[in-house]
Amino acid sequence: MSMLLVQALNGLQFGVLLFLVAAGLSLVFGVMDLINLAHGVQYMLGAYVAATLGVWTGSFWLGALLALPVALLVGLALEWLVFRHLYRRDHLSQVLATFGVILTVEEATRALWGSAPQTVLEPSGLSGGPLGGVEIVAGLIYPTYRLVIIGVGIVVPLLLWFLVERTRAGMLVRAGATHPAMVSALGVDIRRLFTIVFAFGAMLAGFAGALASPIFPVAPGMGDTVLILCFVVIVIGGVGSIRGAFIAALLVGLLDSVGRAMLPDLLRLLLDPSSARQTGAALASMLVYIVMAAILFFRPAGLFPGGRSA
Amino acid sequence: MNRRSFLTTTAATATLAATGGFAFAPSIARAQNQAVKVAFVGTLSGPGAALGTHLRDGWLAGVTRLNNQLGGRAVETLVIDDELKPDVAVSKVRAALERDKVDFVVGVVFSNMLQAIVRPVTESNTFLITANAGPSTLAGKGCSPFLFSSAYQNDQPHATMGQAAQDLGYKRVFILVPNYQAGKDAVAGFRSRYKGEVVDEIYVPLSQLDFSTEVTKIAAAKPDAIFTFMPGALGVNLVRQYRQAGLANIPFLSTFTVDESTLPAQGEAALDFYTAATWAPNFDNPHSRRFVQEFEAAYGYVPSNFAAHAYDAAHMLDAAIRRTKGDVADKAALRTALEAGDFPSVRGALRLGPNHFPIQDFWLCKVAKRADGKFQTETVRKVLTADADSYAASCKMG
Repeated sequence: MSMLLVQALNGLQFGVLLFLVAAGLSLVFGVMDLINLAHGVQYMLGAYVAATLGVWTGSFWLGALLALPVALLVGLALEWLVFRHLYRRDHLSQVLATFGVILTVEEATRALWGSAPQTVLEPSGLSGGPLGGVEIVAGLIYPTYRLVIIGVGIVVPLLLWFLVERTRAGMLVRAGATHPAMVSALGVDIRRLFTIVFAFGAMLAGFAGALASPIFPVAPGMGDTVLILCFVVIVIGGVGSIRGAFIAALLVGLLDSVGRAMLPDLLRLLLDPSSARQTGAALASMLVYIVMAAILFFRPAGLFPGGRSA
Repeated sequence: MNRRSFLTTTAATATLAATGGFAFAPSIARAQNQAVKVAFVGTLSGPGAALGTHLRDGWLAGVTRLNNQLGGRAVETLVIDDELKPDVAVSKVRAALERDKVDFVVGVVFSNMLQAIVRPVTESNTFLITANAGPSTLAGKGCSPFLFSSAYQNDQPHATMGQAAQDLGYKRVFILVPNYQAGKDAVAGFRSRYKGEVVDEIYVPLSQLDFSTEVTKIAAAKPDAIFTFMPGALGVNLVRQYRQAGLANIPFLSTFTVDESTLPAQGEAALDFYTAATWAPNFDNPHSRRFVQEFEAAYGYVPSNFAAHAYDAAHMLDAAIRRTKGDVADKAALRTALEAGDFPSVRGALRLGPNHFPIQDFWLCKVAKRADGKFQTETVRKVLTADADSYAASCKMG
């Protein structure tokens, strides 16, 4: 039973990380109707910058903190250079152009940092020692840092919700999503609004990357796998919906972790052990996509359809 | 860049020949004044690029040590990135063979890349030296007179770890590998020599991000040891999570998971974790010590098995070309010379089996921190002595 609790915690923690990446993607997609495949490289850059600055300053926390403004600046630069020219284009051009950004940034990363995984400092204070972890099950330490991620992953969505639903800037963002021409006519600089939303989304992705750097390998291509799952998350959650992204991210995280833990054992009741292992592993990696297909069948617009699709 | 330097040299040679009276020299002598051309093929972009870099730097370090000569003849290396795409590998290698007329092809990190280029190369009667990949087919039925290995057959490191687990008396082992062919081969190799109980075998997708589910299962199973094969970034992640979860008291037996290509990222987390290897940077022979020292001075990182095998490949070719007195056109003589296998290896003495794969010792190694703060693998003890792969018997070459 306590094993199940640990697996649920694992799923929760993976889910909130997914949310942090998916939130920015969903925001940009929902508000600006822009498909940004390059969101994954912004996540990757966040991790790289946090890792490098962490080693440079000698503190993981300082590195992660400094990665935020850097991610924001990179977001602004990319928006100015590339994305600004794509808002009025169709989705296919956006996919092509942002895919080009992925290739360029990944090769640039490789040229700058090399292709081997990067050294990342352990978050000081939370690795080893009395604060290093909690022994939930005998013999297994649950690292405190992962609990911190869960905590951050609960606070950030609340902040986001407040920002979007309760502030003037958030109101403009919501209005810009559904009635851009009207908002513009009322004297709001819609371009600047889009720039801000985009940079903010990039910063969220960079923040997720920095947060993930001590637990995931920081290597070229690290954004691609996350990006695919993030698209699953926003499709399940409903495009443009922060609340939907949050629920969907937790769902995907839990499904992935618990599915991987339980499926091979469940199948053992039906099949012989070796084929149960193989089928279980294969099925577990498909589970997320099977569930996505099922949800789309019953709710084609996702669980919580956002503004634009209405 | 290589192509350009290539052309310049050729032009320079031509000028020399025109002005320096070389034109009257016998044609064989002129041929021997030309550089030996070697195509180095490795994965230098994409996720596997770190290994390709080790392999390339090992080869270049070997050539540098030999004063940019192989068997007394100047050498030119054409560096080819196979991009981990079989079609790209084949077309680039074909171009090197047909347009650049290379005399040798060396390198190759991944087995599927080797399998893609082996026929084009060997069918053009060009020698191919693999410095890493060693798939069972090419060591067995598909062996070729033109294919040589300076590394090992793929199964051997896994089998070494199986034997080590057996020797260390572990009764219950937990296996964790990626769900693809090489992962399944690793399990087969390990089980060929390990006779104890396998508590559980877990196959994870190659794109796995997080190992917390598996780490939890390992904690619940309480095995005597785990065996894993998690190359590249997968291994970085597993090792860190394993350590963070406080499981490091369960021995971590691995292949291609903790080595000098991943240790900079794993650092302290990998300390005392085990791996199987043919060589380690702490090997105590003058040739090996000089290799490590020169390699680190030139490239700024600790060499791995990949680098060592490529370094050896340079010496292998050097010794063979020296035997034929610089003649690389007489393929039969060159083959006999290569088969002699009497080159100085960083591994000490080794010889080649009938399938042209080395017969050599395999070691249990573990991760240690050096006085200068860098991490490297160090030998614990010899596990297999003069081990020949099990496919050699089915190799029939003419």
